[in-house]
Amino acid sequence: MTVETIDLDAAGVRALNRRLQGREGPVAGRHFIVTNAKGRHALAAGLTERVNVRIRGHVGYYCAGMNRLADVTVEGNAGTGVAENLMSGAVRVTGDASQSAGASGRGGLLVVEGSASARCGITMKGIDIVVGGSIGHMSAFMAQAGRLVVCGDAGAYLGDSIYEAEIFVRGRVESLGADCVEKELSAEDASGLEALLAEAGMDGDAARFRRYGSARQLYNFRIDNAAAY
Amino acid sequence: MCGIVGLYLKNPALRPHLGRLFAPMMGEMTERGPDSAGFAVYREDGGRERAKVTICSSAPGYDWAGLAERAGCELGVEAAVEPASNHAVLSAATDSATLRDWVEAGHPELSVTSSGAALEIYKDVGLPADVLERFGVSQMAGSHMIGHTRMATESAVTTEGAHPFNTGDDLCLVHNGSLSNHHRLRDWLRDRQGVRFRTDNDTEVAAGYLTWRIGEGASIAEALEAGIRDLDGFYTFAVGTRDGFSVLRDPIACKPAVMAENDDWVAMASEFRALARLPDVEAASVWEPEPGRVYSWGGGA
Repeated sequence: MTVETIDLDAAGVRALNRRLQGREGPVAGRHFIVTNAKGRHALAAGLTERVNVRIRGHVGYYCAGMNRLADVTVEGNAGTGVAENLMSGAVRVTGDASQSAGASGRGGLLVVEGSASARCGITMKGIDIVVGGSIGHMSAFMAQAGRLVVCGDAGAYLGDSIYEAEIFVRGRVESLGADCVEKELSAEDASGLEALLAEAGMDGDAARFRRYGSARQLYNFRIDNAAAY
Repeated sequence: MCGIVGLYLKNPALRPHLGRLFAPMMGEMTERGPDSAGFAVYREDGGRERAKVTICSSAPGYDWAGLAERAGCELGVEAAVEPASNHAVLSAATDSATLRDWVEAGHPELSVTSSGAALEIYKDVGLPADVLERFGVSQMAGSHMIGHTRMATESAVTTEGAHPFNTGDDLCLVHNGSLSNHHRLRDWLRDRQGVRFRTDNDTEVAAGYLTWRIGEGASIAEALEAGIRDLDGFYTFAVGTRDGFSVLRDPIACKPAVMAENDDWVAMASEFRALARLPDVEAASVWEPEPGRVYSWGGGA
């Protein structure tokens, strides 16, 4: 296996992303190491090929945003909006993630080994997010589909105005948002969660999690209101 | 938008290098605030015996030596002046209120940006790199600095509207965000509590609020705790006091902040990239400050 190392101090963000996106030659199946991240924004954004990328150090905003197929690991902390609009593939952060991690993601897997701050999984649309630590307030706000798994605690207003997404929390939930309720954790739910935790490489006892989802009581769930549009 | 940065040295051996460590932090925040920049530096503390005020002149070639001479004569004390670009630090063997009042009463052409024993504030319109160069920041020594790069939203792009704001001795504040109740709070602080304001800027109101609380006997941490209740809006604040440094984000936490700390220093910035060149940052503890929680160093915190 050959690994190509890209030093961001020398190459810059634009050249890095062009290379990883395959616009400077074929990249499918290749492995890359990115050094000197230094909090730069939009690293490894817009990837569409099956590449493996390891970024050394803390990254700035929107790292691995819009990713399709690629496997991106951040060895450090990630700034706002890591893996936002993830389509497929996998993104892993070995440290903490700032707010809006996995925002509006449509598929794939985001793993945050540390904690994620406010608005984790906001308006998620199919992504799976697994957080080893805790998450901040307003997480999974308007979440439409996908799964948010939290091994630690969840901040205030969890799952406010949630649609069909599922939330699993092992620790304490500070408060639930509007229309978000606790639901039964069936054997089927637990086995699905077990598989997701295993895929994320997390050591979690699925039976210890609580499951949350939509009570479907808000305005938009009432068929009487359908004619209003 | 705006960018804010702060660096507080825990290891006194680093003090000669404060400006050299701080300047790249501010420069890195240019994209968050390209229209003006300002910074506060705490250095050469004159103690109770000697006060200093930082003064800005909009007219080029101001006769600073003449100002110091008049201050010495009229106040009957020894006075000295140290010019830096369109600013100067006037120091005298008196208290800071006397010195500030003397400058403001007789010199409407000048604006006072700070007063205290250790604090100096420099600010100007222009790109942060140019402002840093103008004031020779890289050569500055001291114990702590906070800075701001501004993208104006609530008031005009002027030197006076740039941060940091100082309303009481050795206290200064930089702010990323905007306050929504600053009009009424300014009126109340001015009319009921006698706090003096010099601009229409919302951040100056927050600085005035903290000054008032501290005047009532609160510590800076207690004043900030009370601010969570009384200040309405979006904010990440970095606050400097004579020997302390504090950070607070509002409970909604729309405005970013990241902190890093090791045995030698503690630093905060709007984004990690501003901290990325600090010595040994790779091994430092790096975290996002929690919403609505006051973080303080030094100052008996």
